[in-house]
This record gives sequence, C-alpha cells and structure tokens, in this order.
Amino acid sequence: MGEPAIAAEGLRKSYGGTAALDGLDLEVPAGTVHGLLGPNGSGKTTTVRVLTTLARPDGGRARVAGHDVVREAARVRSRIGLVGQHAAVDEVLGGRQNLVMFGRLYHLGAREARRRADELLERFRLGDAADRPAGTYSGGMRRRLDLAASMILAPPVLFLDEPTTGLDPRSRAEVWDAVRALAGGGTTVLLTTQYLDEADRLATAISVIGRGRVIAEGTPERLKSELGGDRVDVVVRDAADLPRAAEIVARVAGTEADTDPDALRAGARVADRAGALTAAVRELDAAGVAVADIGLRRPTLDEVFLHLTDEAREEPAQKTQKTQEVRA
Amino acid sequence: MTIAPMTTPPMTSADPIPPAGGIRWAAADCWTMTRRALAHWARKPGEVAVGLLFPVMVVLMMGYLFGGQMDVPGGGDYREFIMPGMFALTMAFGIETTFTAVASDAAKGVTDRFRSMPMASSAVVAGRGAADMLHSVAALAVMIVCGLAIGWRWHEGAGRALAAFGLLLLLRFALLWMGVYLGLVAKGPESVAAVQILVWPIGFLSSAMIAPSTMPGWLGAIAEWNPMSATVTACRDLFGGPGAAAGGSWAAENAALMAVVWPLLIVAVFLPLSVRRYRALSR
Repeated sequence: MGEPAIAAEGLRKSYGGTAALDGLDLEVPAGTVHGLLGPNGSGKTTTVRVLTTLARPDGGRARVAGHDVVREAARVRSRIGLVGQHAAVDEVLGGRQNLVMFGRLYHLGAREARRRADELLERFRLGDAADRPAGTYSGGMRRRLDLAASMILAPPVLFLDEPTTGLDPRSRAEVWDAVRALAGGGTTVLLTTQYLDEADRLATAISVIGRGRVIAEGTPERLKSELGGDRVDVVVRDAADLPRAAEIVARVAGTEADTDPDALRAGARVADRAGALTAAVRELDAAGVAVADIGLRRPTLDEVFLHLTDEAREEPAQKTQKTQEVRA
Repeated sequence: MTIAPMTTPPMTSADPIPPAGGIRWAAADCWTMTRRALAHWARKPGEVAVGLLFPVMVVLMMGYLFGGQMDVPGGGDYREFIMPGMFALTMAFGIETTFTAVASDAAKGVTDRFRSMPMASSAVVAGRGAADMLHSVAALAVMIVCGLAIGWRWHEGAGRALAAFGLLLLLRFALLWMGVYLGLVAKGPESVAAVQILVWPIGFLSSAMIAPSTMPGWLGAIAEWNPMSATVTACRDLFGGPGAAAGGSWAAENAALMAVVWPLLIVAVFLPLSVRRYRALSR
C-alpha cells in the first residue's frame, strides 16, 4: 500500500499558552501496529484527539486513511475507530443495545446494525452478556465492548488511547488478544500506552514522545539496542564491596557505572559484550570481591524510556539530534 | 482464549457509507439518540416512576400539610392555586434530567465517541432534547391527573388550557438549553446536587406556591420578575383559577407576554452558549 495510514507533519497544539504538541511528526504504514509511548502530559492523548478529529491542530497537517483530519473530518470519521481512555459505552444499555445504537449512528440499516452487533458480540466473546447492562460488565468486558463498538464499520485505522489502563492482568491479556486479532486482519492500529511491555508486545514500531514531539523512533528491539546498548551487571555479596565493584565495572566498560545500593548492584553499559564480561569476572576475582551474580543483559524499555525522557527534560536543545540518530 | 482475526476492507477513496450532513441523516441520528433515552427508561422503570411521582408528593405535602395555613389573595382554594405552580416546578425539575444525562456522557467519554463518528453532531443534543421533552410531557400528564384528582380544574375551556400547557412546555424547552450548557460546563454528573439546590430557591422565589404580594416588598418584586412566575401567572389566568389577578408589577400585569419572552430569551442566551461549548470540546 502506497500512502501511510497515518501521516502527521509538524503538528502543533497549545492549551492556554502551554504547548501540548510542539511540531510532532508521525508516520504509520498501513497494516502495522504503532506504539506511542510517553509519560503523562507528553502529548499522547492530544495526538490521538487531533488525529481522530476531536481537536483541531493549531499548526501542521495530518492525514488519516488518506484524508485530511481538518478539511475532510467527516471522511476521516467514517474510516476510523476510537477507543478512548474511558470505556465510552452506555452503561445503562446492554451490550447488544449499545452496538445496535452505534451501528445506527454509523448509518447502518436496522437489520444490518443488528447483524453486525451479533457478529461483534460473538467475536469479542460477549454473547452471554449481550443483554445485561454494560454497567455490570467487568473492566475487561467493557473494554472489549468498547473495542467492538469502534470496529462496527471495520475501519482501516483504529486508535487506542491507553486501552489497558486500570485493567487487571487478565483483562489486559484479553484486550491484547483482541488488538492482535484486529491487526492480523489488516487494521492499522495506533496505540498509546504508558506500559512499555504493552508496546513491546504489540507494536511493530514505537515512537517515544516527550514535550509534544517525537524524541525517538524505531522497532522495540532497535530502540533497546541503539539507545541502551547491553549492560554488565554485578551483584555483590557484601555491601562494603560495592564501591570497588563499581570501580572495576566502570574500568572494563570504559564508561561510568551506576550503582543500586539496595540491590547491591553495580552496572554499566558496554560495547564489547563478551570481552567486558570476562574482564569483569577476572578483575573482580583478583580484587577478592565476592560476587553473588554477574551477567549481561539488554536494557528494559523502561530504562530506555527513562533515559530518553530525562534527556528530553534536561537537554531540550539536543533532542532533535537524538531523534535523527535513532532514525538513521 | 483467541479472537478470530477480522477482515478489514481495503482503504478506498469512495465512502463506505454516506457521510454526515443532510437533513435526513440528522433526523435519523436524532431519532436514534431519542430511542437511546427511551431504552434507558425501559431499563430503569423504577427510577422513572419515582421521578414522575416526586412532584405528586410535593403537591400532597404543600396542598394538605401547608394548605390549611395558606390564604390565596383574592380568595380561592389553595390546592387549586398551587397546581399551575407545580406544573411549572415540574418543568423546572426537568433541568436535572438534562443536566445529568449531558454531564455523564461528557465525563464518560461517550460524547467524544459520538464526536469521532460520522454522525450529525446536532443530533447528540437534539436527540437528548427530544427525549427530555417527551419525559416532561409525561411528567405534565401525571401532574394533570394528580391535579384533577385533588380538585383542580380548567374553567375557561380546553383551548385556553392547551395554550397554558404550551407555555409550560415552552419553559421546559428553554430550561433544556440551560441544562445542556450547565452539563457541558460541569466536571461530572455529580454536580447535579448543585443544580438541585439551585432549582428549589429559584422555583420557590416565584409565584408558584406563594403569592408574591405576601412577600416582603423587594423579595416580591424579584419573585414577580422570575421567569417561572411569568409562566405560572399566565397559566393561572388561562385556567381561570384562583390567584390569577394578584399582580402588582408590570411583569405580573403582562405575565402572558413575559411567559413567551422569558423562555425565548433563555434560549437565545443558552442555545448559542451550548453550541459554542460543544464546539469548544474540540479545542
């Protein structure tokens, strides 16, 4: 497919003088799941609101499913589904009533709306609860009903704004399943989340945003390796050995080490994985440091995320450079 | 626990469905929204019944508990005197229904979902309004039956009585827009308590239950200029019941005129405010 499902260029949006979006660029190829990661207030929700025509950008352009979100808002609306932070369903009505109502509002005929509702209830395993008020559903069920409602027209592009926030692990797994099923059918999904493991599991590509712009982009793997690099971590038996261990780790890694006194751990990023590990083992042994555990590991997305967002906070001037580096 | 993959139609530039716009879709969407409210009543018949019977309780309380103490200026039965007031108060209670529905949809993200759909945006409010008007017609019917049961009558013919009911529904229509606006401004449906607290003093600081001529002068003047009073006094006149000719100020003398002007004025203020507020949701 030629045109990307979502293409945003230099989106700007301010609320009362504060920039929520500060020149955000985003491109999501059709048929992929794209994760939008960022802390609270970084502009994730504003991005979704602009792309789903709920908010008008102050500057920049965005096309969704081939149509401009400002000039062709009505066309965009008939090609997208939105699952917002609240499960936006009528809690008094039953699941079936909800889906039929939304179907009618999508201008399906009465019979077609009922048929589609039954089909979606079946698919999202809500058939048994179809006639119970949605207010009596569990969090996961309500979310699934919410997803079903956003899928009535089988839209080519689906927006999920923190779809699993506040859900228990079982419900989260159910929602993930549903999202994978949708993506498997060819739907393009833009997913915002604060949970890095969620993005890691679902997304083919991730954009990390901070202060209203993209500060890093790439596949989860690439983000982890390019921004984090591998680490050597040493856990000592005796807290008194920790400074010495940190010193050795820093020397073999050739960078600064960070220590976690509670976990009795010293670690540093390394370039030469195996060489650094063997050197560390040898020197620790020679120095007589009792080692409880030593190992190489990739950084978690959480570490990448904290690293990036700290950087965005501390060095606003350098963040553009960082973005380019990652993209290159 | 697997969910079957769903097939998605390819992105095409042709519209899969007619986009929003056009009076036909606006009307269809409005009807869908109205039916949504009707389905709510079907789901919660108890709540609806309590809502409809609450004004009846107020009538019985005012009419039988306080009624013995009350003198109607110009003479007449107090119970018959308060019925037009209770009709108007019932219309005023309706603002709580509107407020709660609008505020809870906005708070739960349902309004955002509607706004992200290719439906007519006017239908969200119009459907709500149609449902609320139906609700108020039902509430008025219950009150009429209640009034007839305790001895209230219209003395000037069915035509003038219908005109009075028309004025009452016009007042409700005006308050609808006030309710929509307040609902959109409010943080959530919980603030309905604030609205409830306001409805009572505004409702009672009028000619609904007590003749303003019996109030301290300045308070009576405020009461006579209260939009509720205009409707109530005009209705008393149209029904030919007691207390109709108890006027004093210009507002009381021209109640029939003011019973039309006030609601139109309220609509003129709150309809544009509501539309602006609704649009401002996309800021």
